[in-house]
Amino acid sequence: MLDATQIGWSREEMAQKVAIDIPDGSYVNLGIGIPELVADFVPEDREVIYQTENGLLGMGKAPSKEEEDRELVNAGKKCISAISGASYFHHADSFAMIRGGHIDICVLGAMQISKNGDLANWSTGAKDAIPAVGGAMDLVAGVKRIFVITKHITKKGVPKIINDCTFPLTGKNVVERIYTNLAIIDIKEDGLFIKELAPNVKFDFVQKHTEVTLFQYENNKNLL
Amino acid sequence: MIDKQINSSKKAVSEIFDGATVMVGGFGEAGSPIELIHALIDQGARNLTVVSNNTGSGHVGLAALIENKQVKKMICSFPRTANSMVFPELYRNRDIELELVPQGTLAERIRAGGAGIPAFFTPTSVNTPLAEGKESRIINGTENVLEYAIKADYSLVKCHKADRYGNLIYHKTARNFGPIMCTAANVSIVQTKQIVEIGELNPEEIVTPGIFVKKVVEITNPAHESELVAKQMKYPC
Repeated sequence: MLDATQIGWSREEMAQKVAIDIPDGSYVNLGIGIPELVADFVPEDREVIYQTENGLLGMGKAPSKEEEDRELVNAGKKCISAISGASYFHHADSFAMIRGGHIDICVLGAMQISKNGDLANWSTGAKDAIPAVGGAMDLVAGVKRIFVITKHITKKGVPKIINDCTFPLTGKNVVERIYTNLAIIDIKEDGLFIKELAPNVKFDFVQKHTEVTLFQYENNKNLL
Repeated sequence: MIDKQINSSKKAVSEIFDGATVMVGGFGEAGSPIELIHALIDQGARNLTVVSNNTGSGHVGLAALIENKQVKKMICSFPRTANSMVFPELYRNRDIELELVPQGTLAERIRAGGAGIPAFFTPTSVNTPLAEGKESRIINGTENVLEYAIKADYSLVKCHKADRYGNLIYHKTARNFGPIMCTAANVSIVQTKQIVEIGELNPEEIVTPGIFVKKVVEITNPAHESELVAKQMKYPC
């Protein structure tokens, strides 16, 4: 039997799919984890500026070991570099960019996404868990477009795309598009539409691993 | 004559009193004023409310201040990080209070505190558990929650260069909460890698104007938290 956690796109391929959908000239914030990979796949003819909420616009590639500076890090506290033309700023300015609607796209990880585009990605609500939210709630409240990149189901095989989130929300009605290892799914007012299926993945297979009813776009030959 | 230079961390933090609210700069170790925090551990003030994005790592810096039972309450956005054991254990045993605040709301509450704005409405956290019990209002068709400014008795901040007026510039992403914390504290105490002569800092490039700073201590070679953690160092030793 096909294992839905193993087939379809790899992490890198998912990141590449997101990168293709980021228009030239965009200001983008990438969440911690798989979203960080997106920066590696932006087509060379596009200029995209990455914001990291701890105070840098113009985040560059990971530096060599010798060039690492513990005071030049991203939101995941990993060492990064700054591109030529970058700028540094304090946290209130950083979140003015985010909350003020100046960032075009944010790519985040997810624990659960609902049919309305509600996102849960900060807490399982477990009693003994240490709650930690970081900037996720500000990002979903203020950034113009929210993309989610995630495995289609959990390691235990439980669907992440569900009718209503059971975990505490990060934001309500905020996600525009979901990139999973199985498919790219648009969240529309009239339902969830599959934009693209991963190679050798069938619509019915994706539906089986998704609690929400999925639709196909008319005239989308990729899915037939 | 205005001269905000203090010749030791010990002297700089000596007046911090039991029960004070203390803002501590830094995002992880970047910008964390580790020498000032260690001086505060030596000084021993207790029952502190600490405002900081994280809760430190290993057994040095902010984590050591918490481990030394000097902190009654943390106000922060992300209390667990890699190598962060001290806070989680105390929190699970209910030996420390936590006020969890979204990072942007935390920054704006500090900014508001420094700018004389007592409270503000924000869409961040609406429909989440962090909005529960908060006043809300629909403004221009969008729901918002009321968030109150945070002010502090002291802030501990790390910068790159300072002069005796307290003008500051920072280093890369170590700036983070430093500038707003300087504005929101009654007494902001800053450790700097270098003190330069008046006039050396370009007025066009000064990030924190000296009016927001009360004390400046030169720490030429500050420790790196991650290196101390890698060596499994504990403070006090």
